[in-house]
Amino acid sequence: MTDTFSVAGKEYSSRLIVGTGKYKDFGETKLAVEASGAEIVTVAVRRVNIASPGEPMLVDYLDPKKYTFLPNTAGCFTGDDAVRTLRLAREAGGWDLVKLEVLGDQKTLYPNMPETVEAAKTLIKEGFQVMVYCTDDPIQAKVLEDIGCCAIMPLGAPIGSGLGIQNPVGIRIIVEQANVPVLVDAGVGTASEAAQAMELGCDAVLMNTAIAEAKDPIRMARAMNHAVQAGRDAYLSGRMPKKLYADPSSPLAGLI
Amino acid sequence: MINVTINGDQHSLDKAVCLVDLLEKFDIEHDKVAIEHNLEIVPKSTFANVMVGDGDNLEIVHFIGGG
Repeated sequence: MTDTFSVAGKEYSSRLIVGTGKYKDFGETKLAVEASGAEIVTVAVRRVNIASPGEPMLVDYLDPKKYTFLPNTAGCFTGDDAVRTLRLAREAGGWDLVKLEVLGDQKTLYPNMPETVEAAKTLIKEGFQVMVYCTDDPIQAKVLEDIGCCAIMPLGAPIGSGLGIQNPVGIRIIVEQANVPVLVDAGVGTASEAAQAMELGCDAVLMNTAIAEAKDPIRMARAMNHAVQAGRDAYLSGRMPKKLYADPSSPLAGLI
Repeated sequence: MINVTINGDQHSLDKAVCLVDLLEKFDIEHDKVAIEHNLEIVPKSTFANVMVGDGDNLEIVHFIGGG
């Protein structure tokens, strides 16, 4: 039985997307990505350090032919900066699938939704496939889907906070109304929260800090891999109804 | 001598050069980067044809770890 996750016309067997930031070194990044089972990894676009050529590069450790590189716009606070960054990313990598995030505030890293919507329109017009980081507001999520974003990625909690899913009702409503994949992006802190995202019916989960800042990132990557699969299976299984009182698990007939 | 701004820093070059020669001078592998030349994205296939002149502004970027 195959249960694949499809985004922008490509099928993936893993429903965990991992970031590649905050690791001790590229060696650790590679091992954590492998343990996570992820097939899509997010990457940032930054200036090359002209002063020290020959420094190791991420692509020397993670092969873009093996993993789908999803360039992000982390650190962009205007739609124009985000669009400019992704145009460069497309030229650097040669593919159209991108993660758009336009931040609105340094302290919370909450998305600026009006800027996000305008940037998404521009990118889609230019042929990009846009996976979009957004608030957990179902109305904004619908707006983004209607303008043509290929995946909706509401935050579970502020980026890097590890607070877990703060608004499960909002996420569930977004999942129910969406006709494109929905991913919880940001806020997951530990494995049970990744499972919760999947049990809410999300198509996948995107995380970075929960793995990279664990004491043992490689073991946590493996935990997240299992949690996402467990949560997905639990969602597809259909959970039992909750009851107020006990219901014995052993038959009463034949009791001595 | 010409002066160009690369990634926000001033650099002096002996003469105008194409982007392929510029990347070679700085020992940067061209298949791993993208270049913006005076705010215009330069397609990789045209690196040999685009000349860098006095006062030009270049951004040379690549992928790094990020979430």
